[in-house]
Amino acid sequence: MLDATRSGSLPNAAGVGYKPQHFAAIMEDPGPVRWLEIHAENYMGDGGRPIAQLRHLAERFPISVHGVGLSIGGEAPLDTEHLSRLRHLVDWLNPASFSEHLAWSTHDTAFLNDLLPLPYTAATLDRVAAHIDQVQEALGRRMLLENPSTYLAFAESEMSETDFLREIARRTGCGLLLDINNVFVSATNQQTDPRAYIADFPLDLVGEMHLGGHDEQMDEHGAPLLIDSHGTEVVDPVWTLYAETIARMGPRPSLIEWDNDVPDWPVLAAEAARADRILAPVSQ
Amino acid sequence: MSVVQTDFRAAILDPARPAPAGLVDPEGRPAGKRFDVYRNNVVVSLTNALAEAFPVIRKLLGENNFSILAHQFVRAHPPDSPRIALYGGALPAFLEGFEPVRHLGYLPDVARLEHALRESYHAADVPAVDPAALAALPPDRLLVARLTLAPTLRWVASDWPIAAIWHFNATGGPKPAMQAETALVTRPDFDPVVTALSPAGGAFVSNLAAGERIGAAIDAATARAADFDLAATLAALVSGGAITAIEED
Repeated sequence: MLDATRSGSLPNAAGVGYKPQHFAAIMEDPGPVRWLEIHAENYMGDGGRPIAQLRHLAERFPISVHGVGLSIGGEAPLDTEHLSRLRHLVDWLNPASFSEHLAWSTHDTAFLNDLLPLPYTAATLDRVAAHIDQVQEALGRRMLLENPSTYLAFAESEMSETDFLREIARRTGCGLLLDINNVFVSATNQQTDPRAYIADFPLDLVGEMHLGGHDEQMDEHGAPLLIDSHGTEVVDPVWTLYAETIARMGPRPSLIEWDNDVPDWPVLAAEAARADRILAPVSQ
Repeated sequence: MSVVQTDFRAAILDPARPAPAGLVDPEGRPAGKRFDVYRNNVVVSLTNALAEAFPVIRKLLGENNFSILAHQFVRAHPPDSPRIALYGGALPAFLEGFEPVRHLGYLPDVARLEHALRESYHAADVPAVDPAALAALPPDRLLVARLTLAPTLRWVASDWPIAAIWHFNATGGPKPAMQAETALVTRPDFDPVVTALSPAGGAFVSNLAAGERIGAAIDAATARAADFDLAATLAALVSGGAITAIEED
């Protein structure tokens, strides 16, 4: 098992997914935002403005590096070239946290730029655990693994997602990133109870939470189909589920994700303020 | 039965294929539209990435035609790396073989230039030499010196007025006049700059980049055009911060 952190940890407060158009506003007045998360793949260039901005931000804020391209659930071996680039970023930035997804995105050298689903089987467990061991070894730190948004299920699945995540964490020592919107989206799409999911989730392993917006559609049978779009405000039922979860396990670093149709800074800051109002009373 | 990622991937990229068997909705029925969510996420997110990376191609083709092009390109050439900022290196060659735009002969070079701008934007920061150091070098030493060029430097040699076409569409520059140009990309600070060079100027830069002495690069340029403008070409390199070292034997 590896060290939990090398450079402190994220505060039990509100953070936002960093977007370059907000750089000046954040540096001037971050409001309730106490930490920032970046997508690792956007900072793998050799230089230029992205790296320069990140250096400035890292002087003022704890940074969480969130990978979206490792394909930890991939059937093929991990892309070692990509893992080296990730290691380079983590080495110079020394972020407060690193997280990735329970998903796959690369197969036969094609990177599909989406977080694709996995069957919850013994074979997937072995593969994902081996890949997480490899990542934690390469980075020299513990990582957090995020629960996915899912739109369909695999007939071959043998265990629940919560049991799967619990076993992955037990085998690898990794922590978990609990995305409350993903819980709500998946539970709606799978017609299960999001509260039952939270009740069954190993909350003691949660090192970070995500909140984001989703779109509402219907499948061809008229059943609700929620899409994890990160393009709107967090909806009230997700806020309620978040508040209930925080009341139960205590405060955790909590991130607002808004990746599409990114709003002006005040709108994003207001979402962070809403998380802050839920976190503050339990952080006393 | 077990769903393998080869089949999943093939169905994502080919809308004519059904969703792999074994993917189900909550009632155990075939996933149907639920699988289409993934198909849509992949094609739309990669199309958006291309639209961001190739704004002039998008403007030249219009929104609809650009989408048709992007959808076909994404399915034929999905990214080979998770660094989406650099996706689309294969687009110029794809455009060359894309029948609906064959009459727009300059499009592939415009795409090359836009990709060069992307690469330059993310390239390493290396400080430029003091321009005075270059000016202070006596001609006999200058001619046998070699120049180390910045990692941010790119150029696209074209039979078309490629820099003018780019400026006309991206920065509101004057209407292009038909002539061959080399578009020089430099990055003085964080934002890449496009400068038009003559083909001879382009030959000078490519010879310098290949490690030739300044004198030999001048000869190569003058062979292309007797009126090669050395001062203007050097000025474009110097003002763009594109010279990072002067090497003398």
